[in-house]
Amino acid sequence: MSTPEIPQRPWRQRYHVSAIAWTVTIVVLLILSSMATGANFGMFLANINQFTVLLVQMSHPAWAYLSVIIQPLYETIQMAILGTTIGAAFAIPFSLLAASNLVGNQVLRNLIRLFLDLVRTLPDLLLAAIFVAVFGIGSTAGVITLAIFSFGMVSKLFYEVIETIDMGPLEAMKSVGASKVTIIWYAVLPQILNQFVSYFLYTLEINVRASTVLGYLGAGGIGVYLQRSLDQFNYSATAVIILATLVVVMVIDGVSNHLRRVLL
Amino acid sequence: MQATATQTNPIISFKHVNKIYDNGTVGLKDINFDIPRGQFLVVVGLSGAGKSTLLRTINRMHEITSGEVLVDNESVSDYKGKALRHLRRQIGMIFQNFNLVKRATVEKNVLSGLVGYYPTWRCVLGLFTPHDRKRAFQALDRVSLTKKLFSRADELSGGQQQRVAIARALMQDPKIMLADEPIASLDPRTTKAVMDTLKRLNREDGITVIVNLHSVELAREYADRIVGLRSGELVYDEPIDQVTEAGLNQIYQTKPEA
Ligand SMILES: Nc1ncnc2c1ncn2[C@@H]1O[C@H](COP(=O)(O)OP(=O)(O)OP(=O)(O)O)[C@@H](O)[C@H]1O
Ligand SMILES: [Mg+2]
Repeated sequence: MSTPEIPQRPWRQRYHVSAIAWTVTIVVLLILSSMATGANFGMFLANINQFTVLLVQMSHPAWAYLSVIIQPLYETIQMAILGTTIGAAFAIPFSLLAASNLVGNQVLRNLIRLFLDLVRTLPDLLLAAIFVAVFGIGSTAGVITLAIFSFGMVSKLFYEVIETIDMGPLEAMKSVGASKVTIIWYAVLPQILNQFVSYFLYTLEINVRASTVLGYLGAGGIGVYLQRSLDQFNYSATAVIILATLVVVMVIDGVSNHLRRVLL
Repeated sequence: MQATATQTNPIISFKHVNKIYDNGTVGLKDINFDIPRGQFLVVVGLSGAGKSTLLRTINRMHEITSGEVLVDNESVSDYKGKALRHLRRQIGMIFQNFNLVKRATVEKNVLSGLVGYYPTWRCVLGLFTPHDRKRAFQALDRVSLTKKLFSRADELSGGQQQRVAIARALMQDPKIMLADEPIASLDPRTTKAVMDTLKRLNREDGITVIVNLHSVELAREYADRIVGLRSGELVYDEPIDQVTEAGLNQIYQTKPEA
């Protein structure tokens, strides 16, 4: 035979068995879970006019309130920066130990990863509630919460970056008789630094947003004022807080997006 | 005369060296030979014959399974930690892919050849002596690249990168230079520049050079001696004046000649 035969697709591929199976499974799960939790679309529609009341009030922002919230907004940003920095600083050694291309010891690596997974499963709101209880109302609780939250997230992002680096320079550094730390400093860090900074900024963006919510639990910053205005049904103040937060978040996002584009 | 010198004072000796990889692949099988000081040795053989493995047992980038590798009459198998780093720092190594840190400057790449001679904290802080910075410049001068001192390594062509890698190895002040297919990704002219540089280091500085090559023509042009590997075995070993076409062809046969 001169012309090669085209191999037959297995029937599972031909009839898209797995794609169809997944779709059906997901739809069934969705229906089941909405039944189990009692989520009700009708209730949402019934209460929508209450939402309009709120919106009408909010459409008259009390701009004078702006001077009050400048300081807490500033505090929110500081909390986010401090929390992200602390978290990322701790993430560096852990991510180096969790990277499979740097650490041959599988037991150590899996222990570190298990620890990181555990940290990541802690919800930030839970952490905030705990730390507010421990440290009292204020930004300390917020910073610690954000630090732990960032640590969990950034460590994973970091070690996945480390696992993609070119191993050639490491081999070369090993061959000139470099110590482990020197190898990391000379051959690993230059390859990952830009991506690290990029992920740091990305986490900072998330944390600025998160810290407004955390403040709601008493963890300092603008969230405290958000909660107060909502409790007092002072929706025109709420509107100012939301708008100001939005502007801050947008500015931070813009700056960080720009920096990340320059870096990569 | 030369034969006795070879036997009494080889810089590297392989004694019944075997290497079996974890997955059972035989890397090297009962390798026995000596490399005299100052020799330009070329190792040839088919892909997968064990050339890279052989080279990497000398500076312990690969561990051997049994036998002994002697460098300067000392077995390197038991070296650990500091002793191992001291072995490696006197053996230069260059690679097919150059293995420079692409985002760092040429100067930093060249200086990184010195880190085996500095304590870790000084490496981390980049505290190299003015004398060593000058040496880095001189090393670049030897590979004719002084103009690129402050360029980033990824701005250089392949041939230039390989010469930076040679300059880096020169900083180690090596007794031995290992080169694993140093020219496999270079064009013919750059190939000549790189091979000439290696030859010059061999002749002028007396550095023992061991090069893995795929090209038999280059091997004949530059080597003092050619050894051939096939499936992890040393099947050929001749000084350059004894090398014949027929002999070389035999290395590349899949089965030994009947
Ligand atoms: N890390 C490894 N694990 C298992 N087997 C390996 C490993 N490295 C190399 N080998 C095997 O050992 C044998 C020798 O490999 P080696 O890299 O030394 O060959 P080579 O002569 O350098 O080939 P090439 O010319 O392709 O570079 C090959 O069969 C290869 O598949
Ligand atoms: Mg090879």
